[in-house]
Amino acid sequence: MCLAVVGKVEKIEGELAIVDLGGVLQPVSLVMVPQVQVGDFVLIHTGYAVEIISEEAYNETMELLKELRWE
Amino acid sequence: MGMINANLLKMFNNLMNLAKEKGQTINLMEVCGTHTMALFEHGIRSLLPENINLVSGPGCPVCVTGEEVIVEAMDLIENNTVTMFTFGDMMKVPGEGRTLNELKAQGFPIKVAYSPRVALEFAEKNPKIEVVFFGAGFETTAPALGAVILEAFNKKLNNFSVILSVKTVPPAIHFLFSQEIRINGFILPGHVSAVIGAKSFRFITEKYQVPAVVTGFTAEELLLGISLVVNSILKREPGYYNAYPTVVREHGNIVAQKIISEVFEIGDAYWRGIGNIPSSGLFLKEKFAKFDAKKKFGLKDRQPIIPRGCKCGEIMLGKVLPPACPLFGKACTPEKPVGACMVSSEGSCAAYFKYGRR
Ligand code: SF4
Repeated sequence: MCLAVVGKVEKIEGELAIVDLGGVLQPVSLVMVPQVQVGDFVLIHTGYAVEIISEEAYNETMELLKELRWE
Repeated sequence: MGMINANLLKMFNNLMNLAKEKGQTINLMEVCGTHTMALFEHGIRSLLPENINLVSGPGCPVCVTGEEVIVEAMDLIENNTVTMFTFGDMMKVPGEGRTLNELKAQGFPIKVAYSPRVALEFAEKNPKIEVVFFGAGFETTAPALGAVILEAFNKKLNNFSVILSVKTVPPAIHFLFSQEIRINGFILPGHVSAVIGAKSFRFITEKYQVPAVVTGFTAEELLLGISLVVNSILKREPGYYNAYPTVVREHGNIVAQKIISEVFEIGDAYWRGIGNIPSSGLFLKEKFAKFDAKKKFGLKDRQPIIPRGCKCGEIMLGKVLPPACPLFGKACTPEKPVGACMVSSEGSCAAYFKYGRR
């Protein structure tokens, strides 16, 4: 139910985006991520983009790995 | 990615061996139903030593929606001329032995929609048809539901209303701590956290000293999440982590939170099988009362219905596992579910039924 999918924003028309979900184009509401731009990847839940996926934050994941070194 | 994978898997396996040597029982609760399914699908459960248990929490919104709410929705469609839209999972949930699917087969206008927006658009295009959206959800769905209410309000639609069962996760976790639970670590719902922020679950570690991690749904994200929590447990240093930073920010999505607080007010909510949890429900504010289908069509309030023999409640509190229910796989199967934990594909009984014990 809280399953979400990731898509790439292809086009923006007002509050709606056309998002590419692995080849399938779907209209998605952007009311929750007004700062979104064409080319951004977004997390989509029940027809609404919930967040923009941040590539930079991937480095934070890498930092977390360091916590796991057991002495 | 490949390199991290190998690296992470090695660290994960080392940790699991260490946990096995230490021998202490470790119960991890994954609160989110999508995590329950993903953990089975990626085969992660089979990588855990015997002394690490994964317990499913109250993290499937359909499962915690009371049977009486389903009956209310069926009452509404049978006694009024309305077209109803709902999420696919709601179609199979039994209410006093019947389902929306069966009513649909009898010819009642019930449609499955992946988004409440579909129902709103239908209402706009068909001003003569009364449209009702029936939906359950947590914080992930709440802003979408709020957004359609706001849109209906702004467009002054008179033929649109909703039956909603919207609940919030942090109060349910507070409630778990008020019970006799033996959970040593929490795997927190990634998409709920994307909306309300990683900060919303920090209390688990700060107030209760239990390690917790927000994580995503890929095998890698789950391995990292479990590793961080197990590492923290073994070191006896309760830590709180966000292992899903690409999506989850500390403060979440502020716009989504504003939509929620604009449309909904907080109240006590009844969780199927668990009971009343204080301040865990979101209800339409008075300003939006005209979109409340229950008021609009004068539906009566119903008492909670609890299917006889169903152990969903204890299962969602992490007290017993699905196979401990005497009905599991016998009187209760995904084809003919008794309780909601078997109905929803994300319910813990359905997951255990599909994948077996491990
Ligand atoms: S197996 Fe069926 S009856 Fe038993 S707890 Fe699960 S859903 Fe309820």
